[in-house]
Amino acid sequence: MTNSNSPRGLTRRQLLSRSAAAGAGFVVGVGFVAAPNAAWAKEMVALKPETFATLVQMARDIYPHDRIADENYVIAVKGYDTTEAAPAIEAGIASLDAAARGQGFASYIDTGWERDRVDILRGMEDSAFFQQIRGGLVTGLYNQKAVWPIFGYEGASYEQGGYIDRGFNDINWL
Amino acid sequence: MAAPFDLNDDGVVVIIGTGAGGGVLANELAQKGVSVVALEAGGRYLPDDYVNDEWESFGQLAWVDPRTTSGDWRVAKDFSGLPAWIVKAVGGTTTHWAGASLRFQDHEWKAKTTYGDVQGANLLDWPIDAAEMAPWYDKAEEKLGVTRTGDRPGLPGNNNYLVFEKGAKALGYKEVHTGRMAIMSSDDGERIKCQQTGFCFQGCKWGAKWSAAYTDIPAGEATGNLEVRENAHVARILHNEEGKVTGVEYFDKDGNLQMQKARIVCVAGNSFESPRLLLNSASSMFPDGLANSSGQVGRNYMRHMTGSVYATFDKPVRMWRGTTMAGIIQDEAKHDPSRGFVGGYELETLSLGIPFMAAFLDPGAWGREFTSALDAYENMAGMWIVGEDMPQETNRVTLNHDVKDQWGLPVANVHFDDHPNDIAMRNHAYKQGIAVYEAVGATRVFPTPPYPSTHNLGTNRMSENPRDGVVNRWGQTHDIANLFISDGSQFTTGAAENPTLTIVALAIRQADHIAREMSAGNI
Ligand SMILES: Cc1cc2nc3c(=O)[nH]c(=O)nc-3n(C[C@H](O)[C@H](O)[C@H](O)COP(=O)(O)OP(=O)(O)OC[C@H]3O[C@@H](n4cnc5c(N)ncnc54)[C@H](O)[C@@H]3O)c2cc1C
Ligand code: SF4
Repeated sequence: MTNSNSPRGLTRRQLLSRSAAAGAGFVVGVGFVAAPNAAWAKEMVALKPETFATLVQMARDIYPHDRIADENYVIAVKGYDTTEAAPAIEAGIASLDAAARGQGFASYIDTGWERDRVDILRGMEDSAFFQQIRGGLVTGLYNQKAVWPIFGYEGASYEQGGYIDRGFNDINWL
Repeated sequence: MAAPFDLNDDGVVVIIGTGAGGGVLANELAQKGVSVVALEAGGRYLPDDYVNDEWESFGQLAWVDPRTTSGDWRVAKDFSGLPAWIVKAVGGTTTHWAGASLRFQDHEWKAKTTYGDVQGANLLDWPIDAAEMAPWYDKAEEKLGVTRTGDRPGLPGNNNYLVFEKGAKALGYKEVHTGRMAIMSSDDGERIKCQQTGFCFQGCKWGAKWSAAYTDIPAGEATGNLEVRENAHVARILHNEEGKVTGVEYFDKDGNLQMQKARIVCVAGNSFESPRLLLNSASSMFPDGLANSSGQVGRNYMRHMTGSVYATFDKPVRMWRGTTMAGIIQDEAKHDPSRGFVGGYELETLSLGIPFMAAFLDPGAWGREFTSALDAYENMAGMWIVGEDMPQETNRVTLNHDVKDQWGLPVANVHFDDHPNDIAMRNHAYKQGIAVYEAVGATRVFPTPPYPSTHNLGTNRMSENPRDGVVNRWGQTHDIANLFISDGSQFTTGAAENPTLTIVALAIRQADHIAREMSAGNI
């Protein structure tokens, strides 16, 4: 991981402060995206690191769950980092950034408030790109077993003998 | 013990599809000593194979061959390639089904007479009635082991039910209970009692729920009279110059085209595939498809008026624990036109896990309005609405010649527009469902749109007059004496109740008829 200059000549410090402003918490280096606390890291195959960081922010803005970590959003969209998928994603994120600039922000990820980013997304809601990302997240995010406990969902129960002795009728507030 | 029959054996009854209709018919005929070859497009999965995981199970069992959609129903927009959620496997959709097993109400056999003329609806009375069906319903309930029938007790209520019951009673509803379910409620039956695992839609790993896959089909095979060929996709039904069917062509598990001769052919591929097969079997003698002199093959597609209501509360419910659908309010099932629509509906408890809830709660929605609902998933309760929808001639399955399946065959296009009666009934049901939950202190309610169709009916309907439908009172096609329809596509009208008990009762009755007619030498 380089911590000097990113492809666009931004220093790591600048990147950090930018992403902190956007709440994304990314460290972006050459060909590499990682969480500041090293909870996860991803080496980029085909996408620009900034593109990927923006994509992850977009994923969170589409399906925001404050108790779900970035890592799970990364897992949900990392499948787009392939040579086949990359051109459409680069183009889609470029249009997202263009829309952000149209609203007076430096870029999508630089748009500090979620409500402003959501406005930008609403403006492109019917685009194939938005629908591709949103549709993919429905399974990409919610079908990760790791996020189920955050919703309280207990998943498979057969192995534990079902709920017959484990609270199928334990409601106590009615 | 499978009975291998020769491809050239023209004495066998060929059944296409092994679900609620075909699976039961196959066993019933085999028990009577009739030789049966059942051809099933899907593979064979048993309780050990089922998985407690919504998408993985869907991938294992669901029918995902291509289909197309049109019409104003929201499914065409949200799930354009998946008009139905049904199964491709030995046992058919009885692996996925929830087990709700209700008889039609008496008047529902006579919808046209009871409701009168409804503009835009192609209503018709069934050529059979409640008295005719009563003994067959008795047999069907016995076979399925339906709770609250015979001396079988009801299932215990789970968390989702307890919330639903409390709200229902607060509203003054009287007919509220844990349902008539094809799920064992005691250890006295042949199957183990329900262990409340909560994955009824994914195949019951305990075998507590009835499914043809592990009851009727092995029972039929044990007689030595039934051979089930899995991964066998029927492409065409063949006929001779006299216009009698003579056999079927199918793609076997290796993709080779085979021909099985037959004395009788029974079609039970569910309401998209059955008409598709008749249409794909068109010949110079039958240019509009087999058994289609009425022009009704594929028409009058019904899917029940459905929708769901979910609600969140300030405290946990954990609705996913326990049986998926054991809870019902029947007070709205009556025909009471003062509500602004004909026919009625049932309200039934329903739970989805997080993966399916994300896909189905409000398809296409995003942002915090949507995600905050899922954040409250643990505090959520849910119910499903199922009511009678109006048959319309223009709601139909046709062949889409622009899209081919993996066998190169034109796929089914499913066109559906809601009838104004369906919309009025849905709005009424949303209001009542919401009121049920608000009576228990719901903090937020979600009138959820219909899922891809689980109930598919009517596309080869039963009629007294050959002009009005495809089959007669026995499910025998009006046009071809040795061609039968044995699944839900026979339904003349849909009634308010979940259809499978009726499909099973009709299949038992049809087996009786076919065996009798065979021994009389009539077919
Ligand atoms: C999630 C879910 C829950 C449900 N819950 C309930 C409920 O609680 N109560 C109720 O009454 N109903 C319920 N249903 C509906 C019920 O499952 C169906 O009504 C019933 O199974 C339909 O029976 P069928 O014989 O018409 O078709 P199916 O059971 O679908 O069987 C058709 C079979 O034919 C096969 N087939 C199709 N075409 C071909 C071909 N060309 N060649 C060979 N084989 C072919 C298919 O692979 C399939 O196995 C539910 C359905 C679903 C999906
Ligand atoms: S809840 Fe009961 S019927 Fe449903 S899958 Fe579990 S054991 Fe089977």
